[in-house]
Amino acid sequence: MSWKLTAADLSDLARGATLLGTGGGGDPYIGKMLVEQVLGTGSITILDPDDLADDLFVIPTAQMGAPTVMIEKIPAGFEATLALRTLEDHLGRKADATMPIECGGINSMIPLLVAAETGLPVVDGDGMGRAFPELSMETFAVYGVHGSPLALAGERGERVIIDTGDDDRQMEWLARGITIRLGGVGHIAEYAMSGADVKRTAVPRTISMALALGRAIRLAREAHSSPFEAIAETLSTTLYSHVRELFVGKVADVERRTTDGFAKGRAVILPLDPSSDDRFEIAFQNENLIAHHNGDVVAIVPDLICVVDHETAEPITTEGLRYGQRVRVLGISTPAMMRTQAALQAFGPTAFGLTEPFMPVEGETAAAEAALEFAATARGVGVAEEAHA
Amino acid sequence: MHIGIDVGGTNTDAVLMDDTRTLAAVKHATTPDVTTGIVQAIGDLRAGHHFDGSEITAVMIGTTHFINALVQAKRLAPTAALRLGLPATQALPPLVDWPAELVEAISARSYLAHGGYEFDGRPISPLDPEELRAHAADMRANGIRSVAISSVFSPVNHDLEVEAARIVAEELGPDVAISLSHEIGRIGLLERENATIINAALRELASEIVDGLTAAVRKQGIEAPIFLSQNDGTLMDEEYVRLYPVATFASGPTNSMRGAAMTSGLDTCAVVDIGGTTSDVGLLINGFPRETSNEVKVAGIRTNFRMPDVLSIGIGGGSIVNLETAEVGPESVGYRLMTEALVFGGSTLTATDVAVAAGRADIGDASKVAHLDPEFVERVLSRIADRVAEAVDRMRTSPEPIPVVAVGGGSVLLSDELPLFGSVHRPENFAVANAIGASIAQVGGEIDKVYAIEPGRREAAIAEVRAEAVDKAIAAGASPGSVSIVDFDEIPIPYLPGNATRIRVKAVGDLDMAVVR
Repeated sequence: MSWKLTAADLSDLARGATLLGTGGGGDPYIGKMLVEQVLGTGSITILDPDDLADDLFVIPTAQMGAPTVMIEKIPAGFEATLALRTLEDHLGRKADATMPIECGGINSMIPLLVAAETGLPVVDGDGMGRAFPELSMETFAVYGVHGSPLALAGERGERVIIDTGDDDRQMEWLARGITIRLGGVGHIAEYAMSGADVKRTAVPRTISMALALGRAIRLAREAHSSPFEAIAETLSTTLYSHVRELFVGKVADVERRTTDGFAKGRAVILPLDPSSDDRFEIAFQNENLIAHHNGDVVAIVPDLICVVDHETAEPITTEGLRYGQRVRVLGISTPAMMRTQAALQAFGPTAFGLTEPFMPVEGETAAAEAALEFAATARGVGVAEEAHA
Repeated sequence: MHIGIDVGGTNTDAVLMDDTRTLAAVKHATTPDVTTGIVQAIGDLRAGHHFDGSEITAVMIGTTHFINALVQAKRLAPTAALRLGLPATQALPPLVDWPAELVEAISARSYLAHGGYEFDGRPISPLDPEELRAHAADMRANGIRSVAISSVFSPVNHDLEVEAARIVAEELGPDVAISLSHEIGRIGLLERENATIINAALRELASEIVDGLTAAVRKQGIEAPIFLSQNDGTLMDEEYVRLYPVATFASGPTNSMRGAAMTSGLDTCAVVDIGGTTSDVGLLINGFPRETSNEVKVAGIRTNFRMPDVLSIGIGGGSIVNLETAEVGPESVGYRLMTEALVFGGSTLTATDVAVAAGRADIGDASKVAHLDPEFVERVLSRIADRVAEAVDRMRTSPEPIPVVAVGGGSVLLSDELPLFGSVHRPENFAVANAIGASIAQVGGEIDKVYAIEPGRREAAIAEVRAEAVDKAIAAGASPGSVSIVDFDEIPIPYLPGNATRIRVKAVGDLDMAVVR
């Protein structure tokens, strides 16, 4: 069912999107303000993917680059819409809707800005199901929709079209280079697709899930009830149905370094009880990648590893991690479509140079069954064939 | 000898110091008119320990005047916010996130102009002098008396802010004050700009207050220079206050913490200030409070002021104690302690009653709490100790042991031994710790910039930034030999080439009286 999103929803959405950012994705604060300015007292129509006509034309929009630049060089405001219009001109076809490519962090907000400016509806879904560092790490690409042609726009009205055919990694590489020339942030429109493609390749209902998560956390706090139960309850009816508390403790050490433009590092979390020998460790590359408990892997990308305040459940980004913080680490299962062999190749452990195999956060059996089930459905099989074609 | 004065919302405290020794200390209710309170305080100090005006080498004052003026939206100047950054940034113009009543209180005008830099120092667009002159003419037509100028990435390159200020000043004349964002805040355009606008709005008041304070001190026959405390505990001279009043905003808690440290002789420690309703825990590193890394809202405005990072927990002398669970607070009887607590004949069991029952404090009528079970009293006190210890543990930045200093009227609640931290330090004169903190004569310089560090150049780049901070401290009046780096932070920025890194350095030294005079 489609529904209306208003400015009053944005704070909850931002909180939920930060949680789904799994440590990265950029602070949605500036994005939220951008939407508020344009939206005012209006509303945005959010379309349920199941309701889409197969021939509906969807152009996702996003920003790429360094979130740190956005807090200093605020956008002119029109860039993302300009990217969308540029891609429309290039393709000779008007978009019927836009959509996020990434539901975690600031990119949860950019399609809403475009929608507020153009009146287009936004499809409730995305192509990452969380936050990832590269444009090629998309379920769209995994299931046969490619990013090219991509339109990129800057605040001086610059417009660039990049077309690398099926090579999404090359698209990412070229777009990254231009983004740096633009001053560190670019706004993009890419992965244009039909309604049928959306149903087949997008992680569904991630906007409504982010909003529900953010709202549940806030309401639980206001009612002095457990925000963690609220998170679990909210997720139970979604494709991210398993949530596990992986650890409770305090941050004992954080190491950060920049390598190849990525913020890499690790955080050590120790139990609150100093007499315990337990040790928990998270490695991150912008987002949290892998969590070890006493040396054993307990969660690994693409499953969500979320560090939150141990009382309020406020999500904490890798940038915000500090010694002494009391935290809970939550492991959240990802939908089956993010765990197939093809998906894991695009954004599983090996895509980040990890040697540990993927291991579902809720345990082997359930996940294996779910993945099999997904592969066995008509659309799953159709995908595999199309990808070969 | 020198004098330290802390003008708080409730009390004005003053101390007469000989180096680090307290010769006299007084406490007064703050007067609505500052001058009277200061004249009284200095007069009382003289009564406590006689001195000649000529013996005083400096007067240091901490004041909450400026933050109060903002919070109450009173005595603020008509202010314009001018931002350089077009075509970027127009989606969120200056003042976009301000409460409407404050925008009105400063009769604010907001302007966007071309200019600004990219993260790597390339210009976004050239400055357009005609555009700036047109904006200035509009400011004049609207009665603007103070201007805040911000520019994108001015912490990387501030040339355009300076150039724009020159042009605007040409148009508006010398009576209009101009505040530049690179001198006030750090990376984060909206937050830095907000701080600059607040500063601009306070400029006229700053001149009035400085004139008033100077007159009050001179009236006491003291000709020594006058300094005000900044948020970080370092001092600024009166000329600097006229330019940057916003830098005094959080000097209250800072002075209290630094005073606690000085009287205890510790320069790296945790300070627990226990009052009537809360315990405030802060961390002092090399004599300076650790600052928040997050945005701070002041009067509803998001800023990135450097504020001391203080964790408040709901434990104080007036905290209500639950007879069944032995839990303390967060509810407190507050100022009604003198009537509601058991020892004062009231009917509410408070933390103060428990302290009296334990023999830790001698106030009120101890017989009124004699019925309390010693085991229960012990449980309450150990609960307080546990929670304070946990708060200190949350605040510290490494697992290294750190001494704990307790100040404030409620510090009797804290047992002499804390779990994890061992014995608690209790300095003398803790009641006037804030005035003592104000009297510490140090000045500082700080740099916060984004650098693109070439391979193999990291060490050299860091050395340059450190030297820049030291030069800034010396320029602020520090004697060169005394300057040292007290804070250093390096944060890599992802998704940018050339290992872009944000570096923050703070250098501090002892005030060189010879130079200042």
